[in-house]
Amino acid sequence: MQCPKCRAPMHTYNRNGVQIEQCSGCRGIFLDYGELESLTRLEAQWSQAAPPPPPAPQAYPAPPAPAWGAPHGGHGHHGHHGHHRHKSFGHMLFSS
Amino acid sequence: MPRAADPPDPDAGAAPAHPKPRHPKPTHPLRAYPHPVTPAPDLLIPALTARARAAAHAGSSSCPCGAATLADRPDGTVVRHGDTVAKAHPPGTDPTELARRLAVASGLPGVLLSPLAPAPLDLRGRLVTLWPYGTPVDPDDPDAAPWEAAATLLARLHRTPAPEDLPPMRGPAKAAQAVARLRAAAAAHPAAAPVLRAWNALPAWARAETPLPDATTLCHGDLHMGQLVRHPAPAGPWLLIDVDDLGVGVPAWDLARPAAWYACGLLPPDEWTRFLTAYREAGGPAVPADGDPWPALDTPARALTVQTAARAVAKAVAAGRPLDEVEQAVVDACDRMATVPPQLAQEHAK
Repeated sequence: MQCPKCRAPMHTYNRNGVQIEQCSGCRGIFLDYGELESLTRLEAQWSQAAPPPPPAPQAYPAPPAPAWGAPHGGHGHHGHHGHHRHKSFGHMLFSS
Repeated sequence: MPRAADPPDPDAGAAPAHPKPRHPKPTHPLRAYPHPVTPAPDLLIPALTARARAAAHAGSSSCPCGAATLADRPDGTVVRHGDTVAKAHPPGTDPTELARRLAVASGLPGVLLSPLAPAPLDLRGRLVTLWPYGTPVDPDDPDAAPWEAAATLLARLHRTPAPEDLPPMRGPAKAAQAVARLRAAAAAHPAAAPVLRAWNALPAWARAETPLPDATTLCHGDLHMGQLVRHPAPAGPWLLIDVDDLGVGVPAWDLARPAAWYACGLLPPDEWTRFLTAYREAGGPAVPADGDPWPALDTPARALTVQTAARAVAKAVAAGRPLDEVEQAVVDACDRMATVPPQLAQEHAK
């Protein structure tokens, strides 16, 4: 295909399994529908995977949590909200 | 004297009333927050009480139990007389929609508490429903919260075919209401910006701006630990209560409040695991049977985190106090959402 900006031919590359077109002239990049989302997702997975896993194996691995979750609380037993339930969370349990 | 039905609380501050029987002045944190209470119309409570009394002690001229007001908020008033609870639904409740939601409760014994009468009454312009009294989760002992029962009841609800005329569940609408109140009352608070940013990044359906992507699955719409009672009291099986937000929609919404609490580091991993495992074992359709449930939970859990944060900030502003540690944890989660793009459920679902 032809670059919409400089009209030079575009070449297809594969980046982490995502097909992208790059212009041989201006080096601009064209993404098909969904490809940006795929790249963003790969990036998020990469940043999730970035911190090294804790070396000590856990008897009961913590269940998965979203990347926006609390740094500790969602991922282990050392959350700063800890073992005894905060009064305010006791309230939250019963609130809309 | 717990209520048998939990009114929705769009007032961003009203804690559900959970007084325990024989403890008229509970000191539980449920009551720790000052919250604005607009008095119900003067005559509503006496009239509602009379209704409950008439239903509880039919044919008797004396009342052996004494009445109790369980909740009195602008959006809902609940009184108990003996074994009967009368709930005045929020002003403006659509009678046809409430009747359809009530019909679902009547038709699902074993999952939802059944109302005493099949149709709402009109009492001084308010729609009123009558319910049997049920024993709630003890708010002074949240460690005893029945996670497995809640999950199993939700799975059974979600697997029940919904009537065709049932309106959508109101979860996203309630979240939008909380955000609107934050904008109106607390937009200048420093925590408002990250909360609104997280809200604006949600898909339109989760903000109640477009129809829900699932229009067939029966959902509760407002699950929390105040939405379960044992009936018959005090030791019968657990049942879900409060049909005000019930309807068809995305079933992951009903799992998303515990999911959000877990993600925010508030609910311990083992309690979240108990809830999720019980839901899966009961064949609940909201998440895949195994593997990572978060592609399905991500959007609803973000929305409920935003809703919780919006209410927390509005409450703190109204009370003129700083956010407490738990409220700050929920706001911080909203802040982190900006850096993590939403998961795409349709591409991740296994």
